[in-house]
Amino acid sequence: MFEVIGNDILAPNLHRLTVRAPRVAAARRAGQFVMVRSAAGEERIPLTIGDADPAAGTITLYVQAIGASTRRIVAVPAGGALRDVAGPLGLPTHIANWGRVACIGGGVGTAVLYPLARALAEAGNEVTTIIGGRSAQYIILKDELAAFSRELLITTEDGSLGRKGFVTHALDDLITDPKLRPGAVFAVGPVPMMRAVAEQTRPHGIETVVSLNPIMIDGTGMCGGCRVVVGGVSRFACVDGPEFDGHQVDFANLTDRLSTYRKIEAEHACRLAGKETV
Amino acid sequence: MSATMTMKERLAIGRVRMTELDAVVRSRNFEEVNRGLSREEAECEANRCIQCTHRPCVDGCPVGVSIPEFLERLAAGDLAGSARILTGDNALPAVCGRVCPQETQCEARCVRGVKGEPVAIGYLERFVADWAMAHADELGRPQLPASTGRRVAVVGCGPAGLTAAGELARRGHGVTIFEALHDTGGVLRYGIPEFRLPKEIIDREVARLLELGVAVECNVVIGKTLTIAQLKSAFDALFVANGAGLPMMLNIPGENLKGVYSANEYLTRVNLMGAGRDSQSTTPILLGRNVAVIGGGNTAMDCVRTARRLGAERAMIVYRRSEAEMPARVEEIKHAKEEGVEFLVLNAPLEIVGDGEGWASFLRCQRMELGPPDDSGRRRPVPVEGAEYDLPADVVVNAVGTRANPLLTATAPDLDLNRWGNIESDERGATSIPGVYAGGDIVRGGSTVILAMGDGKRAAAAIHDYLTGGGAA
Ligand SMILES: Cc1cc2nc3c(=O)[nH]c(=O)nc-3n(C[C@H](O)[C@H](O)[C@H](O)COP(=O)(O)OP(=O)(O)OC[C@H]3O[C@@H](n4cnc5c(N)ncnc54)[C@H](O)[C@@H]3O)c2cc1C
Ligand code: FES
Repeated sequence: MFEVIGNDILAPNLHRLTVRAPRVAAARRAGQFVMVRSAAGEERIPLTIGDADPAAGTITLYVQAIGASTRRIVAVPAGGALRDVAGPLGLPTHIANWGRVACIGGGVGTAVLYPLARALAEAGNEVTTIIGGRSAQYIILKDELAAFSRELLITTEDGSLGRKGFVTHALDDLITDPKLRPGAVFAVGPVPMMRAVAEQTRPHGIETVVSLNPIMIDGTGMCGGCRVVVGGVSRFACVDGPEFDGHQVDFANLTDRLSTYRKIEAEHACRLAGKETV
Repeated sequence: MSATMTMKERLAIGRVRMTELDAVVRSRNFEEVNRGLSREEAECEANRCIQCTHRPCVDGCPVGVSIPEFLERLAAGDLAGSARILTGDNALPAVCGRVCPQETQCEARCVRGVKGEPVAIGYLERFVADWAMAHADELGRPQLPASTGRRVAVVGCGPAGLTAAGELARRGHGVTIFEALHDTGGVLRYGIPEFRLPKEIIDREVARLLELGVAVECNVVIGKTLTIAQLKSAFDALFVANGAGLPMMLNIPGENLKGVYSANEYLTRVNLMGAGRDSQSTTPILLGRNVAVIGGGNTAMDCVRTARRLGAERAMIVYRRSEAEMPARVEEIKHAKEEGVEFLVLNAPLEIVGDGEGWASFLRCQRMELGPPDDSGRRRPVPVEGAEYDLPADVVVNAVGTRANPLLTATAPDLDLNRWGNIESDERGATSIPGVYAGGDIVRGGSTVILAMGDGKRAAAAIHDYLTGGGAA
């Protein structure tokens, strides 16, 4: 059992959980994730380790409650416990000094971006951070990111905070200005966002790293369910990733595979809803 | 009664038949197919053993179980005595009695098989093991020696790790098993289905280990959570038995369509996570009307029989050679056929064809025929020219095999590997790192439960010698 020390709501359906997992906290590096089950019978869910405090033996997880299993994870209150937390899994982010980098986060992807951006800043990069969301209430971690970013740009689709529009609009300004142009771009967020960023940087030949979120089971390379097509070959995101060269990723296949269980999950949700009303 | 039975009387007894669940009923549920023998049946079958002096069956058993001895006690009605002999030789007899390929091991050597049918050693092993589990109190707890104060870490909670842990604990060493998944058993839990091996048996075996003082820590991925180097400094010796958990890909077009699974994923979803089987499980699985399973081994049979139980109208084995070459156990093939599984042999998969929306819809197959014998005397399958066709398949399961998973070994550069990524070890399990031993599928590649257990047993003896300064260095 892994004790939940804290559970705060950052945005609608987005929780920050602080979990006691001393071995994971000690071993973890930016970019890695854990497999989590809230209780017996639940699915194994991959969650990026947002932060870790090895001295306190805790890790921070940012969880968006989108399905039945993630809803049950965020429902665990401080003082409660998660049954299983295994990790840290996946390869750590390749951190180097590119001079100038742009870090782009969308939605809950911003939480995944945070440890990565901080590690890049600590390695001496000048970090410009762009975060986007539907509206102001979905913009998370802006103070935390601003703390080490040279500049923090915010975009919202409804214009309720920062610039109205998408992260790609803000990125455009950087790419087209030779004085601001980044040596590398890191993008984490919904698949269409990562894909758009990769398409935007491709003609400029700017190295672009994306963090993929396919369906996973074990997270250790045992099942192959997490396979993604990168450069025309199948790679297992849980052991070869989760970060890949955005210019090589087959986003269409990723999008498609992510929809595998959508119908089953919708039916399941209907059944549950039906049960609760009787 | 056995002592009074004449040879002629023994020879006159026909081999017992295992009671099975009705094929139609069982092909829609996950209950164990083989129901086990009654005590009368078991004692009668044990009397078929003529107690021959050269004991070929024992040589046929990879762990050398004292088969004639446990059968003799069983025939005499001394179940406790029989159980003590069996459990003394085999750490997981209730598992082996169910999943060992006896037909190629002990039973293949039985002298009664020369002129008729061999003694049903596997059924009897299961019977005695099940009796022992149900009568643990009568058997009494094993006396443990005083603690040696030495600590051993076991990596992986499959049959190799479980066996080594038990053997080491019985010698007084402190043992901790580290397991990457959230539950114990390795392939016994996530691979082999409930209808062949009820998971309750694994739970009981693990409970017995806990009684011996073994600690089991799940959710610890060695190479990630802790490194081999960390274990080396915290423990006096290590046994690495992390299995061969890396699926081989088919490398044919269409492999990334929705509805295409590796056997490991398919079985893990159903067995470990309860998808499609347990109404409480939240893990989904695609049910599939036409399920094509590629391969001819035990894993393929387990997948196809699972597909049938999940409701597939057509559950099909697609295999490029002929049935004679199938590596699966004879019993599994028989059970699968009874359950309505179709065997499409001499069929090689060429491509998985999608429906235009990302879902698998056909498996394109190439018909094969057996060509002339090659140098090894085996008739190799060769394509029948022009004989390609599309087999409807909305779920395709790839059960062509697994390899060593590099997750752990990649983080232990001092550990010597062979060119397939398996750990190199000597016959007692010693690796290139002093104090680190290895066994099971990580050494052998995909193998069997009993060979993995044999490795665990031998490595435990070697580790004991290493820790106590005895035996060869
Ligand atoms: C579907 C299927 C059916 C089979 N049927 C039969 C049969 O009928 N008869 C038979 O004899 N054999 C059968 N086999 C083969 C048999 O199951 C294996 O040979 C045997 O389980 C190998 O045992 P093991 O202990 O070496 O490894 P495993 O059983 O693979 O156990 C290894 C364990 O280590 C864990 N692990 C892996 N990496 C790490 C890590 N880095 N850190 C910590 N833990 C880790 C794994 O999660 C797993 O629990 C079958 C195999 C499959 C897949
Ligand atoms: S999640 Fe199973 S191999 Fe990656």
